[in-house]
Amino acid sequence: MAYDGKDKVLEEVTGKSYEFGFTTEIESDKAPAGLSEDIIRLISSKKEEPDWLLQWRLEAFAVWQTMEEPDWPHLNYVKPDYQAISYYAAPKQKKQLNSLDEVDPEMRRTMEKLGISMEEQKRLSGVAVDFVMDSVSVATSFKEKLGELGIIFCSMSEAVKEHPELVRKYLGSVVPTRDNFFSALNSAVFTDGSFCYIPKGARCPMELSTYFRINESGTGQFERTLVIADEASYVSYLEGCTAPQRDENQLHAAVVELVALDEAEIKYSTVQNWYPGDASGKGGVYNFVTKRGICHRRSKISWTQVETGSAVTWKYPSCILKGDHSVGEFYSVAVTNNAQQADTGTKMIHLGKNTHSTIISKGISAGNSHNSYRGLVQIMPSAANARNFSQCDSLLMTDTSGAHTFPYIEVKNPTAQVEHEATTSKIGEDQIFYCLQRGIDAEQAISLIVNGYAKDVLNQLPMEFAVEAQKLLSISLEGSVG
Amino acid sequence: MLKINELQASIDESKILKGLNLTINPGEVHAIMGPNGSGKSTLASVLAGREDYSVDGGMVHFNGTDLLDMDATERARAGLFLAFQYPVEIPGVSNINFMRAAVNGKREHEGLDPIKGKDFLEMVKEKAKLVELDGRLRNRSVNEGFSGGEKKRNEIFQMAMLEPKLAILDETDSGLDIDALRVVSEGVNAMRSPDRSFLVITHYQRLLDYIVPDFVHVLVDGRIVRSGGKELALELEERGYDWIKEDAVA
Repeated sequence: MAYDGKDKVLEEVTGKSYEFGFTTEIESDKAPAGLSEDIIRLISSKKEEPDWLLQWRLEAFAVWQTMEEPDWPHLNYVKPDYQAISYYAAPKQKKQLNSLDEVDPEMRRTMEKLGISMEEQKRLSGVAVDFVMDSVSVATSFKEKLGELGIIFCSMSEAVKEHPELVRKYLGSVVPTRDNFFSALNSAVFTDGSFCYIPKGARCPMELSTYFRINESGTGQFERTLVIADEASYVSYLEGCTAPQRDENQLHAAVVELVALDEAEIKYSTVQNWYPGDASGKGGVYNFVTKRGICHRRSKISWTQVETGSAVTWKYPSCILKGDHSVGEFYSVAVTNNAQQADTGTKMIHLGKNTHSTIISKGISAGNSHNSYRGLVQIMPSAANARNFSQCDSLLMTDTSGAHTFPYIEVKNPTAQVEHEATTSKIGEDQIFYCLQRGIDAEQAISLIVNGYAKDVLNQLPMEFAVEAQKLLSISLEGSVG
Repeated sequence: MLKINELQASIDESKILKGLNLTINPGEVHAIMGPNGSGKSTLASVLAGREDYSVDGGMVHFNGTDLLDMDATERARAGLFLAFQYPVEIPGVSNINFMRAAVNGKREHEGLDPIKGKDFLEMVKEKAKLVELDGRLRNRSVNEGFSGGEKKRNEIFQMAMLEPKLAILDETDSGLDIDALRVVSEGVNAMRSPDRSFLVITHYQRLLDYIVPDFVHVLVDGRIVRSGGKELALELEERGYDWIKEDAVA
């Protein structure tokens, strides 16, 4: 049999289980640590995938083995031991708690400050409640409504089964498996994620959020997202959650691919608040994400991100402006505190004529953290009359934090116009004192100043997300000055 | 209202205030004049609770409480207002939101609920009239892109919104043309009342033509060396500060 390895794995796992009774039945679905072709075959067969997808994964794995983890980011971390990670664990069960009293008080305090409802708090922290039924029905009614418009919004696993032609056509079309070390790894081992297809001319009537898929099992550490907006369609997609998310998996390597066909528009908003670790960064999530969109003729992709979590962030949501008159936008607020490190930015690759891109990046560094903006604006010879405007601002909250800017600009067409503005400033003691003198306390003063600084980006977020993101910024910076 | 007793303060180990005494009763307007570097702005900053300055001795009582024991926010909420010589810009924060946070801070101190949106907007409208602060300036980011005169008018607008017990005006006249000076002064005069006091810090007598003080004090080298009525300001205008400095040394 070709699956010798798999059988061995299963044998090993099942052989040592049962001693813990019922729970071992869940445990039995967990692959042993390590990555090999056999493990990939195991993942693929567990998910009952078609052969083309298995081959695709194996190819990615072969490429990954020849690659080196990148050293160029301005990040300092201990590289994960990829053979010590278990790549398949399904279904992922959160530890069930009986009441909110069992939830980490620190986490509860944060959720309360964010104004998250009791029910939502319970859901987020994994407290067993019957309202899950509610959210299932909410999700179902949404699905019906979307279905009427021909919009597909489901898990990646489901899409592989139900819409294989779309998945096969577009998976890896924007981020090829060999694109980088982490995308190759993700391609080999991804377990789930989200899939979204908006048909021609459809305007998605609501913000699509993974929130409505919570009844489905967790997507794990190697998430794969694919959003396809067919001609002249529109979708706004929300990813993430302002509530602090803890995860036992330290390494996260997601891939997000966006395809905007002619005259389509995709707005992709992210609030990322993974556990940053303790004050020294210990235990925090490493977040290595590859996000990229391709814009066809007269289409537009907007990335908006608010990054406050993770111990290490490596992330460059990018746009390939392939079609003439296409538009790419990147709006980012990245906050680092304590020992957090972020190396984030974007790439705007102009191929088509009259393509426009805008980059607004606002970094905020507190504690001993380091925050880097890294961006590439590339105007190819074919991109006549391309335009780019970049603004990269850094705000330092302390003397011990760092802000770094690495802008790369490559212009290969003389008709291009590229503007770049950058500022670095320290949060003004004068500004804080001005607020204090008006009777505003220090915490609120910092919140006002920081939110004002990030306003241009926050304004890009959908309303309710923006309100939460504002609170999140304040919480992330609590006690960071003075 | 305010009782300052032998106040000494320094910044970066250099002594600025060297035993300053001043008593302000409710409803009084006191002017402090003095040459550059005499400690006028230091006095304003120390009273407002700026932490860059260290208080090395003396006492300050504000409505019977120990002012030096309170932090800057508490002082503001207790009714001490400072109109800044150089109001700072806070990009991205609208004047309106800023004032709302300030008004609610004060209300919290007084045990009141946050002000209702409608009441707040009415209050803004009414107080903005005092200094002819138009809607455009109210909605813009705090002081961002304001002219010198607009910034000072905004300070007085904020003062009107917060209705302080004691308002310290730190060289509010600097950088103002004659029309702006008139508008600002009229705003201040409209707020004079028997239970509100003012401490007007200025280098020039000109402002005191508009805001007529009950008392004038001359600050030289960290001490008040002479006090008098409003006619003292005129005398200073005529004779400069040198004769007082010489008197003080002698």
